[in-house]
Amino acid sequence: MNCEELLKALNDHVDGAELTELCEEFSQHLAGCNPCQIVVDNIRQTISLYRAGEPYEMPAAFQERLQQSLKSRWEEKFGSISTGSSTVGFRETGLDRPSEN
Amino acid sequence: MESHHVEEPTQFDLLRGAKAGNFSAFQQLLNILQPRVYGLAWRILQQQQDAEDATQQTFLAMIEHIADFREESSIATWAMKIASNNALKILRKRRGLNVISLSQIQSEDQYSDVPTPDFIAPWAKPADELAQEAEVQAELDTALSQLDDKYRLVFILRDVEGLSVRETAEALELTESTVKVRLLRARLALRERLTRKFGNALQVVKTTHNHS
Ligand SMILES: [Zn+2]
Repeated sequence: MNCEELLKALNDHVDGAELTELCEEFSQHLAGCNPCQIVVDNIRQTISLYRAGEPYEMPAAFQERLQQSLKSRWEEKFGSISTGSSTVGFRETGLDRPSEN
Repeated sequence: MESHHVEEPTQFDLLRGAKAGNFSAFQQLLNILQPRVYGLAWRILQQQQDAEDATQQTFLAMIEHIADFREESSIATWAMKIASNNALKILRKRRGLNVISLSQIQSEDQYSDVPTPDFIAPWAKPADELAQEAEVQAELDTALSQLDDKYRLVFILRDVEGLSVRETAEALELTESTVKVRLLRARLALRERLTRKFGNALQVVKTTHNHS
């Protein structure tokens, strides 16, 4: 394996910031080639840096608009939303249904 | 089979609830998914209004189709696929009709002429330290926005969001081999740019470009 071939095999061996399943040819070349070591490390750092980036904050005004529009679409689709604070007590659902039949 | 009692409902519980029409369960799912969906939209579109539109369209589409979601992937992956689709639609509209279809195979989708790394130097600081610096985020956004759409999307979905090559291919309607070539080009382009910025200039390594 030469430097060029190592680059082409990169996708199969660099998953995110991790080096994975190093095949023998790949690790052999890497062990003996300083430029390739640095390039591989640069790429892993690049990916880490993007992953570590600040999460983009959703503006509060949008958050509110979003909730409203989702709620009305939900009601169109599933019927009105009960106002009882049923915070996902699935195991209870069915129990607290008014038995008026 | 384990049956442990936990206070917090799992994503699976929430999905069950949402499918049964429980809005509160759906909201809780969204709270978990929101940062990733909005972040993905922002990274693709680089503009707040468009990112908001894509986010809203994504969640509305999820309401529309949640009952039919077959759970062949995680709900997060499903959300990311819908989000990238919506972001793409906005991107195409914004760029007008002269934009080349992302799925069109192009000559750059071969490995034959992938550019060779030029500026090679170890970084002066590790990524987690750099990530703390205020001006670094702006540099990352700029570097990403200068990448061609077709490379940027693949990098965001695969490397930043952690979708598999197959999931990325499905989301963008590409073949897996096209995803791989574009990912390599994206990684190399970003590496080149960021290493010129963050590489240690005293440790630049010269290569002999003798491709025997
Ligand atoms: Zn090498």
